[in-house]
Amino acid sequence: MARFVLTRLLQSLAALAILSVVVFVLARATGDPLHLILPMSASEEDFANARKYLGLDRPYVEQYLSFVGRALTGDFGMSLRARRPVGELIAQRLPNSLRLAAFAMTVSLLLAFPLGVLAAVWKGTGIDRAAQVIAVLGQSLPTFWVAIVLIELVAGRLQWLPAGGIGGLASYVLPGFTLGWFVVAGMMRLLRSGMLEVLDSEYVKLARVKGVVEARVVWVHALKNALIPVVTFAGIYFSILVTTAIVVETVFAWPGLGRLAYEAISSRDFPVIQAVVLTTAAIVAVVNLSVDCVYAFIDPRIRYVR
Amino acid sequence: MPLAIIGVFVFAALFANFLSPADPEEQTLRQRFTPPVWDERGSWKHVLGTDRLGRDLLSRIIWGSRVSLTAGVLTVLLASAVGAGVGLVAGYYGGRVDTVLMRVTDATMSFPVILLALILAVTVGPSFVNVVIAIAVILWARYARVIRGQVLTLMGLDFITQARIAGASAARIILRHLLPNTLNTLVVLTTLQVGYVIIVEASLSFLGAGIPPPTPAWGSMISEGRDFVTSAWWVSFFPGLAILLVVLAFNLLGDWLRDTLDPKLRQL
Repeated sequence: MARFVLTRLLQSLAALAILSVVVFVLARATGDPLHLILPMSASEEDFANARKYLGLDRPYVEQYLSFVGRALTGDFGMSLRARRPVGELIAQRLPNSLRLAAFAMTVSLLLAFPLGVLAAVWKGTGIDRAAQVIAVLGQSLPTFWVAIVLIELVAGRLQWLPAGGIGGLASYVLPGFTLGWFVVAGMMRLLRSGMLEVLDSEYVKLARVKGVVEARVVWVHALKNALIPVVTFAGIYFSILVTTAIVVETVFAWPGLGRLAYEAISSRDFPVIQAVVLTTAAIVAVVNLSVDCVYAFIDPRIRYVR
Repeated sequence: MPLAIIGVFVFAALFANFLSPADPEEQTLRQRFTPPVWDERGSWKHVLGTDRLGRDLLSRIIWGSRVSLTAGVLTVLLASAVGAGVGLVAGYYGGRVDTVLMRVTDATMSFPVILLALILAVTVGPSFVNVVIAIAVILWARYARVIRGQVLTLMGLDFITQARIAGASAARIILRHLLPNTLNTLVVLTTLQVGYVIIVEASLSFLGAGIPPPTPAWGSMISEGRDFVTSAWWVSFFPGLAILLVVLAFNLLGDWLRDTLDPKLRQL
């Protein structure tokens, strides 16, 4: 088990290193940022000075190495736009994103578990059909459109909830549900098919024959094994969650990492783009690593297969 | 039913120039924000109403289907070709080749699609081709994973061993024996992914990093109508409805194909 964790850890680090190179190269390829931060009237000399001041005149390899060295200590340089340390921006935005994600995940899990399990247990009934509709809709509705429609109906016409920005619990409801919707759909689908398979297996029948209470058979014996596919896909769902968050945060004016990424990319703010992408990738890597470990822990067969 | 919906949109995309009642890029400022026909201020001239610049929404949606469907299909074809190639090679050779390829696949798969697509789109400027490439660069990984898994199972079967003993080359085994046996999976996965790609493309266009204006793309149409939702809801609503219908149809078709062709693929 220790060896498995160690190999996966090294692999994640290698992937992050490669990604940091890619991000660095891509950020440099997006065009000269000086055109955006200097006024139209700036002279050649101004350009040269600014380039030197921001360290953009040094060789790329040197720029990259110093970037990585400082990034490891949490120093991502200064934002070209905001003229503030990037680390500060990230530290300010990240908690907001995490809070929103946590809210969305909690709501999704609370909905997905009962729905997925009941849909399998009462296969073919109204609940099952409703669950299927939610599942298909969750994969087919464009998030940003749902967001706009919700803002117009719930926040605009009905005036029930705030339309955007971060505030009390009420401000979490709309972005949280928009973000959590597709997670509910995907997770419920996996749970339902997992449960259907498991409920049909010998050990569940045995448990029933032995006289275990039906509720216990379903929620303890069967659910345990039906969870395996859900755990396998948890990593992928998390990265989709991050993706969706960019759109949701942009539409709801949520001051999180996703919106920061959008703003940074549209203003070609190199240091911020690098920092956001690497932070996100690191979070995704940590989540994937933990998912793998949890997976190997519940399903020992995995440890021996590479 | 899903086939009928897809059929309608494919037809619209193919014959957009005959079907659309007006020029999708023609602006008539005097008729801006005309509501749909059932509203008392609406007219049959603009069945679904007009947008901020007085452009006919129905025509723009019809032309938009061309953009969305081409983007969806092209991206998926590109991604499936690369992904299937990687999956076949990794599964066939195994060992170190497999380890390296699968590491790359995992790293790609866990990377948020939109983040990379945004960076790429900004790097080389937003354009149709760039959107297709940006999405395909991430999307191939899923094919690689699934196909490799199937190839691993196939490799243990007798007919592959026999082909080897008979002296078939690696290329021949991969193309003639392994590929045909993974076709069902490829078809199912591809159908399910078209819808996903259409949504990602629309999200990118919505964020301003996709298909650049004035080309009518559903995502950018929704974005254009966003500031006027309260006064002119139809501008954002109808393109979104179009996306929903097409993606829904592809997902239902994919589900049906999966259940028919290979029920074991439930996790795709």
